[in-house]
Amino acid sequence: MAAKTLTIDGKEVSAEEGATILDVATDAGIKLPTLCHLDGVYDVGACSLCLVEVAGMNKLLPACTTKISEGMDVKTDSERLRKYRRMTLELLFAERNHVCAVCVANGHCELQTLAYSQGMDHVRYDYSTPKWSVDATHRLFGMDHNRCILCARCVRVCWHIEGAGTKNVSGRGARATIITDLNQPWGDSETCTACGKCVMSCPTGALFHKGSTAAEMEHDRDKLEFIVNAREKKQWLP
Amino acid sequence: MLPTLLHEKPKAADRVMQHASGDKRFKILEAHMKKHQFKHDALIEVLHKAQELFGFLDDDLLLFVAYKLKLPASRVYGVATFYHFFTLKPQGKHTCVVCLGTACYVKGSARVLEAVEARAKIKAGETTPDNQLSLLTARCIGACGIAPAVVYDGTVTPRQTPETALEHLKGWISNGN
Amino acid sequence: MVIDDLNAIAEKEQAARKKTVIRCCMAAGCMSSNSETVKKNLEQAVKDAGLADEVEVRGVGCMKLCCEGPLVSVDTQDALYEKVTPEDALELVKTLKGGKTKVKRGDFNHPFFKKQLSIVLTNSGEIDPERIEAYIAADGYQALHHVLRELTPKEVVEAMVKSGLRGRGGAGFPTGLKWGTVAKTQSAQKYVICNADEGDPGAFMDRSVLESDPHSVLEGMAVAAYAVGANQGFIYCRAEYPLAIKRLQNAIKQAKTLGLLGSGIFESPFNFNIDIRIGAGAFVCGEETALMASVEGKRGTPRPRPPFPAESGLWGCPTLINNVETFANVPPILRKGAEWFAGIGTEKSKGTKVFALAGKITNTGLIEVPMGTPLRQIVEEMGGGAPDGGKIKAVQTGGPSGGCIPAEALDTPVDYDSLTKLGSIMGSGGMIVMDETTRMVDVARYFMEFCVDESCGKCVPCRAGTAQMLHLLEKILNRQGTARDLAKLEELCDMVKNTSLCGLGQTAPNPTLSTLRYFRKEYEELLQPDPFGPGRNGEAKKSQLATK
Repeated sequence: MAAKTLTIDGKEVSAEEGATILDVATDAGIKLPTLCHLDGVYDVGACSLCLVEVAGMNKLLPACTTKISEGMDVKTDSERLRKYRRMTLELLFAERNHVCAVCVANGHCELQTLAYSQGMDHVRYDYSTPKWSVDATHRLFGMDHNRCILCARCVRVCWHIEGAGTKNVSGRGARATIITDLNQPWGDSETCTACGKCVMSCPTGALFHKGSTAAEMEHDRDKLEFIVNAREKKQWLP
Repeated sequence: MLPTLLHEKPKAADRVMQHASGDKRFKILEAHMKKHQFKHDALIEVLHKAQELFGFLDDDLLLFVAYKLKLPASRVYGVATFYHFFTLKPQGKHTCVVCLGTACYVKGSARVLEAVEARAKIKAGETTPDNQLSLLTARCIGACGIAPAVVYDGTVTPRQTPETALEHLKGWISNGN
Repeated sequence: MVIDDLNAIAEKEQAARKKTVIRCCMAAGCMSSNSETVKKNLEQAVKDAGLADEVEVRGVGCMKLCCEGPLVSVDTQDALYEKVTPEDALELVKTLKGGKTKVKRGDFNHPFFKKQLSIVLTNSGEIDPERIEAYIAADGYQALHHVLRELTPKEVVEAMVKSGLRGRGGAGFPTGLKWGTVAKTQSAQKYVICNADEGDPGAFMDRSVLESDPHSVLEGMAVAAYAVGANQGFIYCRAEYPLAIKRLQNAIKQAKTLGLLGSGIFESPFNFNIDIRIGAGAFVCGEETALMASVEGKRGTPRPRPPFPAESGLWGCPTLINNVETFANVPPILRKGAEWFAGIGTEKSKGTKVFALAGKITNTGLIEVPMGTPLRQIVEEMGGGAPDGGKIKAVQTGGPSGGCIPAEALDTPVDYDSLTKLGSIMGSGGMIVMDETTRMVDVARYFMEFCVDESCGKCVPCRAGTAQMLHLLEKILNRQGTARDLAKLEELCDMVKNTSLCGLGQTAPNPTLSTLRYFRKEYEELLQPDPFGPGRNGEAKKSQLATK
């Protein structure tokens, strides 16, 4: 593999061919806001929070899916990018019902943390307050669609790490939902192995362990990375 | 032997196959899948065929497709709900598709739709309680030269007005007069 | 099949030509007005009159003036009959023997026909689209033979570059450049895809080409496959076009039978097969990465580019995607030469463009004009202006990705760059004329609702942003919006345009932006005073003071 040299935020860095801008930025100590990205599963470029400016490109590119190339000049921070990131978060908050005070993930939520870090202190758009259901039929876990941001991390871990294929996205647009099997109650699913990886992967309080009360729910994303490393790289020490 | 091992839970796959065994249409569907060598990428083609045979896609049908194509059920459901053409609910005996493409829209197709909705007492996307009529909308059927167009039971009909549309639906709606 | 066989088919077809040809339009528009029965009755009447030996009744593709269908033409009379009913058939056949008829007669000398220049539509309305012999007799598959036997793939790509052809699907990417990129990418397996998912509401050019001249698309695809080194092609056609699908299936079968598709075409080592994939009602599948996901049998969600399909497309293989009209341009370019094609149109937009004229306009139908034709000539001269003495207010091009061009800008030449400058796009060729009764804010709302409905839901700006913009537009339309809402709308337009994952989201704000640019007053008239704004407070204080 050939090494490529590029510039990120004025810093010259080099990395192996095939790495993404996000990989390289993370290695260089630059923290980019991400939501749909999850170490251990493939990237989809859906949340548009990690968009960066690349010199010579008239479009903004998602850092998580864009591969580096020789001589690339990347800017991960600008007034314009900060504004778009804030707006993206505002849109997410206005889309479904995110009420931190009564949420199991309060204090451990990636959406909440990002809102703080990006300076999104209020939402200027009208809340659409849709009526989404809560699926509490599973013995161990629950799914509150009101808090779902459709990042599809749970779908990817279910399919690519656990290999069960229980979860998927159904429908499209704003009506898209995360489903189990044929859109049946989670508790009735014959394919779910109750492995809990989807719960670990969820960035918000949409997927939770039953019995957790407000602000108790902590997700364990590192476990996923551990399993992937163990399976693929035979590296059993977390 | 332990008693629990003697009472095995019936497998979902067996249940689906049993359900499919009595119906000839499943055989036709399977032949269609075979034509596509049971390839994953034939899923949309297979769903087209399934809807053509059964009229709509119910759970057992989707499970049958998933089992035969070796795909997770959630993946089949995800695809079936992504595309507007597929319907998971039974359709009425007759269908009326009002085109809401731009050309039809600027020539008043919204008024045609409103009139039909009011008379049939259903909204677009619904079927009358007596299962006589399904009212649907389309995002342009490419018949812009003859706008506004409405498709009655598969027949494209040109230059519709609220009056001609209601006239056409006489006999299809119980209170259609 | 060798060239002599091809020529023999052409000669036989020409020799069988009868003295008089009555053409009857069998495209979807006219067929919905019962042209099938008209044709049947014409055939019967010819037979009854004992004219079967000298008169041919031919079902042909689109005869362009769709609003006057069903259309029938008689070549010996140079006559076009409009709105022909099955009962008129007998009378029309009688005119061959000098009879008179009251059937409405159109005028081939009207600018609608006279100002057209046909390249893509040459065979449309002329030949029987269901017979490959008819296409061969019209020089069909000659270009493929020329390419396979006399040119290297590199020379074909060079010819495409020289012709200056740009993609007719909307974005206008240079076709030769695209072909060159795919050709250069090393891979054992490559694909060619024809995008026939014509989803723009108000556009029906591709449908007409597929229904009227399906073989030209197949030939264009085969040439492209040879140039880039692919052996498998797919046509992704939307399910809403059953007739086009039927004719394509028929055309592929015929071409295979004659050995014009399959292995060892024209006794060369070149193999090429084409399969049809039928869409299922998702506008986003017109976007190339979503289309490929759909061909693979998945949910039609797009993925970020790069990598571009030319490097990594269908199943990760290099893939060439062009639209129907682009492929249909290929055979004439190779038959008549790249220089000939480059001589038509403007400096940066070569050749012709097919437009579907519809909406509030007298003559709706299909037109093909050289690039650079002024919009005014298209809508006023050829289209005959707004019906019933109405006044044209705007022309919408490019569907939900395009914009509204105001009447003041009608003198703009139609080419890729001029339309982009006006805040619209060429798009695939839909042209909807709007008159004074059309409310532009409602038009913006209509297209935004379309995008909300058709958004795949994958990326946040498109899924949540379009929904929020629709909400703001509805608020304004319902006279509940304030200047603050309008500002929020404009800010969202900018954000969704720049941050969405695919073309659908990136262009979704265009109809709103263009109506804001040219018809801002219509928005402002609907705005309410802001209850929290400085103006309103000021007024409130003033009135309080006044009462004191």
